[in-house]
Amino acid sequence: MNLEQLLAAKEIVVTCGSGGVGKTTTAAALGTLAATQLGGKVLVLTVDPARRLADAMGIGPLGNVAVQVRPEVFAAAGVEPRGELWAAMLDTKQSWDDLVERHAPDAATRDAILANPLYRNITSKFVQSHDYIAMERLYELHASGDYDLIVVDTPPSRNAIDFLEAPARMAEFFSSRFLRLLIAPARNRFVNVASRPFYTVADRILGSQFLEDIAEFFILFQSMYAGFVERAHAVERVLADRRTTFVVVTTLEASPVREAEFFVEALAAKHLHLGAVVLNKVLPGYLLDEDAATVAGRLRADGPAVAAAAGVQLGPAAEVGRVLAEVGDSFLNFQVVAKREAEQRAELSVGTEVVATVPYQDHDIVDLAGLVQLADHLRR
Amino acid sequence: MLAAGQGRRTLVCETDGSGHLGQLLEAGPLAFKGREVQPLLSAMTMNTEESLKEYLALQLKVPLLSRIGPLARAFDFIANAAPGVKEILTVGKLGWEVKEDHYDLVVVDAPATGHVVGQLRAPQAINELLSVGLVREQTGWLVDLLGDAAVTGVVVVTAPEEMPVVEALDLVGQLAADDVGAGTAAVVVNRVLPELFGRGEEVVFDRLCEPGNRGALQAAAGDAAGTVLDAARLAVTLRRNRAEHLSALRAGLDPSLPMLYVPELFARTHGVRALRQVADHLAEEL
Repeated sequence: MNLEQLLAAKEIVVTCGSGGVGKTTTAAALGTLAATQLGGKVLVLTVDPARRLADAMGIGPLGNVAVQVRPEVFAAAGVEPRGELWAAMLDTKQSWDDLVERHAPDAATRDAILANPLYRNITSKFVQSHDYIAMERLYELHASGDYDLIVVDTPPSRNAIDFLEAPARMAEFFSSRFLRLLIAPARNRFVNVASRPFYTVADRILGSQFLEDIAEFFILFQSMYAGFVERAHAVERVLADRRTTFVVVTTLEASPVREAEFFVEALAAKHLHLGAVVLNKVLPGYLLDEDAATVAGRLRADGPAVAAAAGVQLGPAAEVGRVLAEVGDSFLNFQVVAKREAEQRAELSVGTEVVATVPYQDHDIVDLAGLVQLADHLRR
Repeated sequence: MLAAGQGRRTLVCETDGSGHLGQLLEAGPLAFKGREVQPLLSAMTMNTEESLKEYLALQLKVPLLSRIGPLARAFDFIANAAPGVKEILTVGKLGWEVKEDHYDLVVVDAPATGHVVGQLRAPQAINELLSVGLVREQTGWLVDLLGDAAVTGVVVVTAPEEMPVVEALDLVGQLAADDVGAGTAAVVVNRVLPELFGRGEEVVFDRLCEPGNRGALQAAAGDAAGTVLDAARLAVTLRRNRAEHLSALRAGLDPSLPMLYVPELFARTHGVRALRQVADHLAEEL
């Protein structure tokens, strides 16, 4: 099994990992790989508003509506795709509004919810709402049947598994006992003795006006409750479906590796399918070469002597010696980092047979050719 | 570490609960209650539920623990239902440590870029959402504390790579917006690669890499000399690439804003030794 076979066997690929490891770029490269090598209609759904990636794919600012990468962009990159590549960005607020639109029983309720300040606050600032809506959009796109493969990257969360739990938490949230407790006084002024201390304290902390605002909001939302909870469960089922797989992306630095391990364990605990681990931005293996280290040591210690022995005459001998010493020093410095990476690699227990290593790119990805190149590394 | 070394009572706080701070300080797991891990340097990890309990006990003088019981159970719900509550409990606790003068300096490792503005904005947002209540009464001083540039400053940390630079510029822009309060005090660029060669030396290096000279060098020092040259070429390319991002960052920032550089550490550990090196570099830059 390799990544290409994995992409051929699945309908949803979710890339995950900690921030800064190249999740979004990897997702885009996986999409490119599928579109160029496998064919079909492929969508890359990103939560990352980096303009450079959209530019690289030759499409304007991304929004909720998917845009196709034009054939001439592929031609410019020197590839003839077997399929279509589409891209879309997750617009959290728009997606929530769409959701309300779909579930609201009538226009009045819909408008009341959309205008509610608490709703606006929750959908724009509530971190977990991003996690949930990302999974919800994924579900919707998959259910539309418009795509053969959807590759999605995940929002930067405080905790990498937050988004996995988002659907369950959202369902729990809307069916919560405390929700009913909070709504109770607004719906029915009778408050029983047992729950009175709760209101007293909540009142003192937050103020009764705010509690009433919350209650109003949730009463409005309650009309959509059944649809919401059902939907959240459907999203959960899609994530657990055997057509869905997760690709964990990490660099070989200590803390992303720990995060990746944590993630691999979390996937196993939830019986979700770990398809592959991508080791990104890995330094070249030749940095570990011990013969080279010996030479580098000599250069660093005695550059001028080596220069003299080699008989290279490129200017003042002292200058050549200095350059050679720097060259040796640089090698030894990078070897320290490469060794650190090798240690992390050895310690990382990945629990999957598919491990792709992507070397450190010495330039940024600015066009589709860059993504194609990255895709080539992922294929190996 | 630097501040504590200068004799200031310092608290450093982790807000994401990852345990990374404790590992870096080689101090074992941290708790909500600050613990001195080095002379004058205390460390803690944020826990909003603990923060709420402390707040209730200190500010509201809630008398009975039994009343906190159901409240604690309801806590997750309230914190989720009312955006800003978790944020205010984080900012509030740290602001309180400053207000009470428990420390001379409180250093907070804020959550990811997208979330930190929400945290800093929380007191103001709460003020707008809540018209009455004890929380409302407590947010006024926090707004003042965060808005006072002599007291609070945000240090934006970035790396000379594409996304980090874009995000850093975006964050500095957001912090400049009026409703956030706290402004940017400095930008720290981490993992800056050293300039390998001085003026004229790069020409020498380029010529050394030419096949004839490369061969001569391999004959004199061993075949592996070629590998060493390749590695230096990689280092030069990486440095040049990062320099471009560094220029983009500098161009996007107000020239009066201090920019501090921390070099890439070619060190074996991630522990206290590495921290000490970073602290020393920052000291030099300051």
